[in-house]
Amino acid sequence: MAEMNMVEAIRDAMDIKMAQDRDVVVFGEDVGYFGGVFRCTAGLQEKYGKDRVFDAPINESGIVGVGIGMATYGLRPCVEVQFADYIYPAYDQIVSEAARLRYRSAGDFTAPITIRTPCGGGIFGGQTHSQSPEALFTHVSGLKTIIPSNPYDAKGLLIAAIEDDDPVVFFEPKRLYNGPFDGHHDRPSKSWAGHPWGDVPQGHYIVPIGKAAIRREGAAVTILAYGTMVYVAEAAVAETGIDAEIIDLRTLLPLDIETIVTSVQKTGRCMIVHEATLTSGFGAELAAQVQERCFYHLEAPIARVTGWDTPYPHAQEWDYFPGPKRVGKALVAMMEEI
Amino acid sequence: MSEHGPLSFNVPEPMGRPGDEPDFSYLDVPRAGTVRKPPVDVDHQDIRDLARTMIRVLNRDGDAVGEWADPVEDETILHALRSMIRTRAFDERMMTLQRQGKTSFYMKCTGEEAIAIGQQLALAPGDMNFPTYRQQGLLLCQDYPLVDMISQILSNANDPLRGRQLPVMYSSKKHGFFSISGNLGTQYVHAVGWAMASAIKGDTKIATAWIGDGSTAESDFHAALVNASVYKPPVVLNVVNNQWAISSFQGIAGGDSATFAERAHGFGIPSLRVDGNDWIAVYNVSRWAIERARRNLGPTLIEWVTYRVAPHSTSDDPARYRPRKESDAWPLGDPVLRLKNHLIKRGLWSEDRHVQAEAEYAQEVKAATKKAESFGVMGGGSTARDIFDDVYKDMPPHLREQRQKLGV
Repeated sequence: MAEMNMVEAIRDAMDIKMAQDRDVVVFGEDVGYFGGVFRCTAGLQEKYGKDRVFDAPINESGIVGVGIGMATYGLRPCVEVQFADYIYPAYDQIVSEAARLRYRSAGDFTAPITIRTPCGGGIFGGQTHSQSPEALFTHVSGLKTIIPSNPYDAKGLLIAAIEDDDPVVFFEPKRLYNGPFDGHHDRPSKSWAGHPWGDVPQGHYIVPIGKAAIRREGAAVTILAYGTMVYVAEAAVAETGIDAEIIDLRTLLPLDIETIVTSVQKTGRCMIVHEATLTSGFGAELAAQVQERCFYHLEAPIARVTGWDTPYPHAQEWDYFPGPKRVGKALVAMMEEI
Repeated sequence: MSEHGPLSFNVPEPMGRPGDEPDFSYLDVPRAGTVRKPPVDVDHQDIRDLARTMIRVLNRDGDAVGEWADPVEDETILHALRSMIRTRAFDERMMTLQRQGKTSFYMKCTGEEAIAIGQQLALAPGDMNFPTYRQQGLLLCQDYPLVDMISQILSNANDPLRGRQLPVMYSSKKHGFFSISGNLGTQYVHAVGWAMASAIKGDTKIATAWIGDGSTAESDFHAALVNASVYKPPVVLNVVNNQWAISSFQGIAGGDSATFAERAHGFGIPSLRVDGNDWIAVYNVSRWAIERARRNLGPTLIEWVTYRVAPHSTSDDPARYRPRKESDAWPLGDPVLRLKNHLIKRGLWSEDRHVQAEAEYAQEVKAATKKAESFGVMGGGSTARDIFDDVYKDMPPHLREQRQKLGV
């Protein structure tokens, strides 16, 4: 085992896959020589050479489109889009090409590509360095969508994503790169040092795609969260004393519906927490599925605590970010429902 | 008060609209054999003029002339002519099939047959085309089974794509034919990526990219060119300028301001502009670009100047936006007739053999159509189970559930 932050865990995952499989290539803007604006690819070009780790022109549809072309040749590209907020120029390539290639060619061509992209707010990133566009990808048939919440999962899930034969959009909550964050922005930042999930096995392992993790067992309410919101939920639970079961979804699609249903049927209540905006966010899908499958077990309406339906603001960061106070208040309100 | 007059807004218009006489005076057509042939390792700066002119080999008399008239093996050239006749026969029959209500949709490539067939015959096994929907000649000059091709158009039980794709969106890895997407321009970038992969692996295979004049306006055209410019992968970047994007003439794609070949200059990519209805020119220019790619000299862009004789698709009526007789006035003629005349002149072909070949391929396509129809027409014979496979490699639980809901 080794102590790693999320950046190191992600780098280690790519390092391990590149060493194991000569078909794995890594590229994106500033990914090569410089090692990435978040250091996720630091040292990889020096170790594996410029033909396997390289800088790309600032052109997201090119990065993903070129990656798809390489994947159809037989490589396993792991490409980076510098911020999830900048993935939209590549949207056509992801939605119309990567996601549909296997289907439309009846398996004749496939696109085993991994698209890494830092997401989420809580860093004063303003409108274009804070977004959580996961719902735009979970809505697309043919894609897998992953959001890890800690170094252990980040490494295991990224290795699984690179090995997966389907295209994967891999969101990395940049607020969690250096340490867990529970939304208490007024307290000193924590690092992953000493955190149990910052203790990462050396070498190859995978965290299976499509499996959620129960972060805290509880009986009163089920909280469905992912990414940074896992820690916000933990803080809200600790502060309200409500015995909630916290599920870290890890993979949004395919969704681990069994774990969710088992939990909600046990607790009778369900709260969904995400940073992304409310309307048509992934929470809506979760709420619909829980409502359909757990209707007779529900003792209260399903609640959603999310970002507001506005672009992500700069100055008003902490009024926008769904912090422990807002989650806690909603939890208390939910427990008061008969 | 401004010292300038009011601004005016420019919207290009074609030379002719319905009711007008066809007018191709915008097209400068040099005499065959007058454009030089540079060495394959030429610097792109030294052939900038070749993006403004037009490489042509076959002259009015059917002779192959000039520096680009490299010898072509008799067998290859005969195969080319036969494949072009076969492609035209195929298109005619499929059009009929659509009119009979046996398929929902078809797209002909009439007048553009020489381009796909010329380049495909210059490629080697293992190379990969990233075609648009108008390069059926790539498959029709290979051994791709006609019955399977028609079955795709009919979406029947024998459809290799299991009824999922709109007619003509073929896919065949085995034949170096990348899966066609309805989204324009996307595959131009894939071709560059595929070629980059070939270079990364130290392979010797090359890729060809295909796009139409209209789609060069898509962002992915630029994305492909910038990546081709940066990484210099072994790719041939084809622009098929058939003058029309549905109802929009090539000026709406920016063709009035510069040739499509000239767009490569800003990227430092060598480019050539070629008579797309001159099979010998197509084949020899393709060989040149392919050799450049194969010798690790990087990408080449080729603008093929041709004319879309047919309607855009079976859902289109060109009489509503262009002069009715425009295709007759097209100065570069018919690629089939031009190659036919050349081969007759060389003693490799005759009027009789031509008529015979036309009948032979019409018969072959007819028989293949009959056979394909036995598997069903208009989606007949397809199975609802096929909806759910191949979305992912393994079917995830939510799709299994949905398949059960449909009861298949």
